[in-house]
Amino acid sequence: MKFDTPATTNPIDQLKVVGQPLDRVDGPLKTSGTAPYAYERHDVVANQAYGYVVGAAIAKGRITGMALDAARAAPGVITIVTAETAGKLDKGKRNAATLFGGPEVEHYHQAVALVVAESFEQARAAAQLVQVDYAKAEGAYDLAAAKQAGVEPSEGSPDQKVGDFEAAFAAAPVQFDRTYTTPDQSHAMMEPHASIAAWEGDKVTVWTSNQMVDWATTDLAQTLGLPKEQVRIVSPYIGGGFGGKLFLRADTLLAALGARAAKRPVKVALTRPMMANNTTHRPATIQRIRFGAGRDGKLTAIAHESWSGNLPGGEPEDAIQQSRLLYAGANRLTGNRLATLDLPEGNAMRAPGETPGLMALEIAMDEMAEQLGLDPIEFRVRNDTQVDPANPDRPFSQRQLIECLRQGAERFGWDKRATKPGSRREGRWLVGIGVAAGFRNSMSMPSGARVRLDAAGVVTVETDMTDIGTGSYTIIAQTAAEMMGVGMDKVVVRLGDSSFPVSAGSGGQWGANSSTAGVYAACVKLREAVAQKLGFNSADTAFADGQVRAGNRSAPLGQAAGEGGLVAEDTIEYGDLAKQYQQSTFAGHFVEVAVDAATGEVRVRRMLAVCAAGRILNPKSARSQVIGAMTMGVGGALMEELAVDKRHGFFVNHDLATYEVPVHADIPHQEVVFLEEADATSSPMKAKGVGELGLCGVGAAVANAIHNATGLRVREYPITLDKLLDRLPDAA
Amino acid sequence: MSHVSFTVNGERRQLDIDTRTTLLDALREHLHLTGSKKGCDHGQCGACTALVNGRRINTCLSLAVMHEGDEVTTIEGLGKPGDLHPMQAAFVKHDGYQCGYCTPGQICSSVAVLKEIEAGIPSHVSADLNAKPGVTAEEIRERMSGNICRCGAYSNIVEAISEVAGSQA
Repeated sequence: MKFDTPATTNPIDQLKVVGQPLDRVDGPLKTSGTAPYAYERHDVVANQAYGYVVGAAIAKGRITGMALDAARAAPGVITIVTAETAGKLDKGKRNAATLFGGPEVEHYHQAVALVVAESFEQARAAAQLVQVDYAKAEGAYDLAAAKQAGVEPSEGSPDQKVGDFEAAFAAAPVQFDRTYTTPDQSHAMMEPHASIAAWEGDKVTVWTSNQMVDWATTDLAQTLGLPKEQVRIVSPYIGGGFGGKLFLRADTLLAALGARAAKRPVKVALTRPMMANNTTHRPATIQRIRFGAGRDGKLTAIAHESWSGNLPGGEPEDAIQQSRLLYAGANRLTGNRLATLDLPEGNAMRAPGETPGLMALEIAMDEMAEQLGLDPIEFRVRNDTQVDPANPDRPFSQRQLIECLRQGAERFGWDKRATKPGSRREGRWLVGIGVAAGFRNSMSMPSGARVRLDAAGVVTVETDMTDIGTGSYTIIAQTAAEMMGVGMDKVVVRLGDSSFPVSAGSGGQWGANSSTAGVYAACVKLREAVAQKLGFNSADTAFADGQVRAGNRSAPLGQAAGEGGLVAEDTIEYGDLAKQYQQSTFAGHFVEVAVDAATGEVRVRRMLAVCAAGRILNPKSARSQVIGAMTMGVGGALMEELAVDKRHGFFVNHDLATYEVPVHADIPHQEVVFLEEADATSSPMKAKGVGELGLCGVGAAVANAIHNATGLRVREYPITLDKLLDRLPDAA
Repeated sequence: MSHVSFTVNGERRQLDIDTRTTLLDALREHLHLTGSKKGCDHGQCGACTALVNGRRINTCLSLAVMHEGDEVTTIEGLGKPGDLHPMQAAFVKHDGYQCGYCTPGQICSSVAVLKEIEAGIPSHVSADLNAKPGVTAEEIRERMSGNICRCGAYSNIVEAISEVAGSQA
């Protein structure tokens, strides 16, 4: 189905099932420990051996020798695979560094060997006996030092100039110029990357944990030099991804290579301490923001420049993209600079670009409002735009940012905010509230699905779409139930298998809208097939309560299927509506913090997000996406930072005790409000996405609340207490 | 290799097992009870939490051979689809999970937390070490902080636990 004109009324608009806050269908499995994750598939293939990954102990250089005899002779060892023994390997187009290093080493903890043994304990012990000699090379590990050598990236967003920023900035009565930094961050999903591989002749099946089944299939085939048809990827349950499982990673490749060498199935999981350096991370940024404004509080000049680093072939962290669209202003300058760093590969982490971009931009907006003597919400309202500022003929399809902010202000008690920072005190606590705008574009991806109808009236959906905790199983079931007029108990959803039609996958908050639109398209075809089978006129056929009705004729849905069943398959594809309209999602994020006046300890006391994100397919699971993202936003604001060893080139705090993420005690009760919306330009579902929107802006809202509480500005994330301590009123 | 016998979810189990095998791997790899999850394998995340003799432990930090004669209850022993434990049902109702990987540990931990509070065991946030702690949101958050949920379902988890405890979050 080609979606190239705005949606009109369709069966989804009934909202009998779609739009309802239903419990997620995977709940009973997940809460009883019976949902099978990648490393647990004892059921799929017998005689699994255990692979243990050896990671490079240097960041850059060459392997000069590997002594494997002691490991080979260790109890239980079946085989050891290295790049030398693995045969010729290509590289998937989505990987910057190769997944199996040697002799060249491109980053610390790059996999350099896989030890395969009868048991996990034997593989782990033998892996310690692998002796690798290295010739270290000089590398660049310090973004601040490499920054000057940054170049305009060849891929991603080129520089954008609108009007004449320099002249407008120079002429502006009120000027602002500040620099902010965000650190490297780790996805730190709870399930480590894991795969089980089994070969049958020259075909390999991998049970794994991957957000994008088709990307993994394509890139594993390319890396192994196999036709894609000989690779099957299965990923029905994923223990968190956040972008860290978008791509083919070492566990999958090494399980396949290990199984080929061992001539039996092999399972591989990355150990927790390998994850931060072996896999990808969100790259650090240095961001300079300049504003020029009139005394009326209207921006006349906006510049946002960002520097980040990556391995050769890697892309920049696109921290400037929201600054092209979020506020009005006639004269604009935005651009990225990319430096070469020899740290592990940087790549997408939840809301790449906007997350660090808004962490900077939305502090800057707070600072500029203060400089202008304006309320931060009023300042944002004055600079709202309903069109793409670089192309006024291109409107937003929907944009309720002001309503998000106004409604949030009312619900959160914004009128009680102390206008003088540092002036509200409760005992030892300095209390403040902060706001930030949330913004994330709504992207659409082609997405396919197959729907089967059987004689019992059961509808089975098959698509390689994944559920990474987002609720895909549930909203896809809701879509099929709505379209076919059956209850949720008559829908079966099967996901995450490359033998199913290729879907949008889970990334970029496009999954919900795109994958359900694909299911919609397939169901439209199935409805036509049902009507035809029953001899009904398809145009006026209604599907409800398990019955198919046309005029005064009626039949049970299952009757159309007959004994042979009916199958329909389709893919949603898009025209140029996304070019005609800017499709984005918006939020107002509100945070209250208390800062210990003596120690600088920050406690988040209240949080609210008001979101405008198109039709909400399931308010319960959508709310969970937003509160989870808000939690990650607190982490980014207050604690998350991969500490770089600038001498040896690696992330030092590569486990969950030292890379701190929020725990229960850090997070208060959270409130989420969704504004009523249905975006007819987005898809037949009229939905967008919320999983990333919920994170965008949260960090700055926390930072702005800390400023309101203490009067102190911190422009280097995370805002740890050492950055507040010497300036606090009660500090000795 | 060493012999060990213990009870898992009411069933007597005997294993001849590598002395290096953790209780977690004995459950997951040998008994195929994969509900207990391996998130970090060194006691930092809580995904492997199960109940041993009624108390919660990180099963990754304990060797299987140390549990001769012990009674182990895993998430599979609390309830099954169609016959969920009240805590499991409350997690579904309040959407107190997303990816589901930390969830068995969260649920085992929360069942034990309510017993610990009932038994009068104080926590870091208990105002009076000699008084019986209340089932407050603050007590629950403190006691659950060894169970990381990167998806960030905390607000919903506390509501699920509070409902089972019969109190308000």
